[in-house]
Amino acid sequence: MMQITKPVSFENVVSMEDLSTEDVLSFIHEAQDFKTGKQIELKRPVYAANLFFESSTRTHTSFEMAERKLGLQVVNFDPSNSSLSKGESMSDTVKTFQAIGVDLVAIRDKKNEYYKDLIADPNVHVGIANGGDGSGQHPSQSLLDMMTIYEEFGHFEGLKVAIVGDLTHSRVARSNMEVLTMLGAHVYFGGPKKWYTEEFAKYGEWMPIDDLVEEMDVMMFLRVQHERIADDENGSFSAEKYHAQYGLTAERESRMPQRSIIMHPAPVNRGVEIADELVECDKSRIFEQMHNGVFVRMAIMTSMLRNRDLIKEEY
Amino acid sequence: MKRIIANGQVLDQGELVKRDILIENGNVAEIAPSIPADGVDEVIDAKGNFVSSGLIDVHVHYRQPGQEQKETIKTGSMAAAHGGFTTVCAMPNVTPAPDSVNNIEALIKLNHTDGVVHIKQYATITTNRGGDELVDFKALKDAGAFAFSNDGNGIQKSSTMYEAMQQAAKLNMAIVEHVQDDALTYGGVLNGGAAKRLGMKEMPWVSETAQVARDVILAEATGVHYHVCHASSKHTVNVIRAAKQAGINVTAEVSPHHLLLSDANIKEDNSMYKMNPPLRGEDDRQALIEGLLDGTIDMIATDHAPHTKADKDQSIATASFGITGSETAFSMLYTRFVKTGRFTLSQLINWMTKQPASVFNMKGAGTLAAGQPADIAIFDLKDEHEIKESDYLSKGKNSPFTGETVYGGTVMTLVDGEIVYQK
Repeated sequence: MMQITKPVSFENVVSMEDLSTEDVLSFIHEAQDFKTGKQIELKRPVYAANLFFESSTRTHTSFEMAERKLGLQVVNFDPSNSSLSKGESMSDTVKTFQAIGVDLVAIRDKKNEYYKDLIADPNVHVGIANGGDGSGQHPSQSLLDMMTIYEEFGHFEGLKVAIVGDLTHSRVARSNMEVLTMLGAHVYFGGPKKWYTEEFAKYGEWMPIDDLVEEMDVMMFLRVQHERIADDENGSFSAEKYHAQYGLTAERESRMPQRSIIMHPAPVNRGVEIADELVECDKSRIFEQMHNGVFVRMAIMTSMLRNRDLIKEEY
Repeated sequence: MKRIIANGQVLDQGELVKRDILIENGNVAEIAPSIPADGVDEVIDAKGNFVSSGLIDVHVHYRQPGQEQKETIKTGSMAAAHGGFTTVCAMPNVTPAPDSVNNIEALIKLNHTDGVVHIKQYATITTNRGGDELVDFKALKDAGAFAFSNDGNGIQKSSTMYEAMQQAAKLNMAIVEHVQDDALTYGGVLNGGAAKRLGMKEMPWVSETAQVARDVILAEATGVHYHVCHASSKHTVNVIRAAKQAGINVTAEVSPHHLLLSDANIKEDNSMYKMNPPLRGEDDRQALIEGLLDGTIDMIATDHAPHTKADKDQSIATASFGITGSETAFSMLYTRFVKTGRFTLSQLINWMTKQPASVFNMKGAGTLAAGQPADIAIFDLKDEHEIKESDYLSKGKNSPFTGETVYGGTVMTLVDGEIVYQK
């Protein structure tokens, strides 16, 4: 397998669109190194804050774990008790953290591309890791998905990957279809066809779930919002019906090829996207994805530490 | 004549670095970060494009003499130059076949006068590439044969192969085999999956692998350098891997199409997907890639097989076997494997230059260095373009890659310091 040892260095990590094939593979290799015990030593105490203006327990906790594993000092932030409630702008919040000595921040916000203004602002120097922006990007999620696939198959070229579910509202679908295509995988889509719009058609064809399960190497399911299911098909659509029509049932799982895997960004609606008993089945990599998320976030933070020359030693 | 190729990017320890290249009397005289143009006749501005050692293809079919309507030495070698190849090895399935000193001398002469790139010539193993009457190996070697092959056909009789290997071993010449046990092909044309889907006859993988297994044992017994043409099946990769581990002098090539396509790509009865050996399954394709990566397979060779429109404008059941490869190999492989991170550029170039040169002990080919012949290809890795039939210089237009969007088009090819292709 091709080994890329070139260490990645980024001022900020906000969008998969900024990453080349080589960058993605380098992030994966570095995350794999962390998984197998790589450590870094910092030149001085480094401080990180996780500014989750939109709540996400999983991503937040994963960033915090990654930061602590790297030896960063984590400064707490609670948006509900912050000056945001007094009307402070995000930019001022970030500058405040910077002023008190924070070096790196992970940010999640409802607003698409919130990071653009921050990066363009000459007075913002903290490193920004995007933990998700509206319906836009979610690079750490995308990279952990890529790492999980790479660990399984050792390559992307020629793999068939289906993305199934609520495509239109998904950050994951968009980032992943772009990066998977760039890496030479073939992307397919499944789920309710009304969510398969032209923007997805450019990347791959839609197929019924019953055909997908027999052909794909990776079945990647997306979380479906209950309220959206209700919206669907003249309001009479239940979770049970969604599962029967688009979900991974035990019968469908039994028809998947031997080496294929099941992925989901979680939290899973058990019994909707995936049958309850399949969430932890042999083919499922759902918890492995979360496990890998920490190492990918370590690699992301490390790329920004490297960029700021804050690493004394890597071993 | 003194030329400088200026502002190119060359591979140095796996990295692309800016270098100027001075060419003098057909050889590379100097490679340096910057070379002054004083006293130079021509400066070629490579404009930041990738400057490589010219590619080597150990497997092409030029149809001359006998089937000039399909390809001539001139058109075939122009197609090679268009693809960035500067050295090719021509298979002996022409009429008359290079099975005698007279025939091979005439063919070598024609290769020299008509070819725009270096053409090395295979001699046959048996008279007229059929039967079991062995050629005069020593005389053909002395006449300039590159190696021995009956390509297009496998040697059916074990004792014929055994005796051929004994003779070739004595002369330190390679036996290059199109592995195919005719009795096991059952008249098939496609791999199992596609054959079933399209209602065609299957050419099972055993027809290839069973003969490779026989041959590596004979190679062990004789000590000959035995080279497997266009490996297609994962089982063949396994046999070669085991043979190499056992210390047997076996090498192998894989074609771009077997790396790029599987029988799942054959959606309909389209003879652009008909070649021998046929496209096999996705697991076979992956095994071929793994084989290259772990060194089981030594090199990439195109099996450039031009045919007329009439020969290909038929059902898979009846059309001629084979597709062209010279003009699409680098750009397709670069786009699908290097751009996607599966191979590095340096790995790909190695399998298309240094590896064939070292396996077949070709002097003065495969390396871009001072003192070597100036056989050079310049590729544009940044420009995205569509492969168009109208761009082919080969007489054969039979490629499944026509219409693909790729990077890595050839900008210029030089052989012995002279420009033989220019975009």
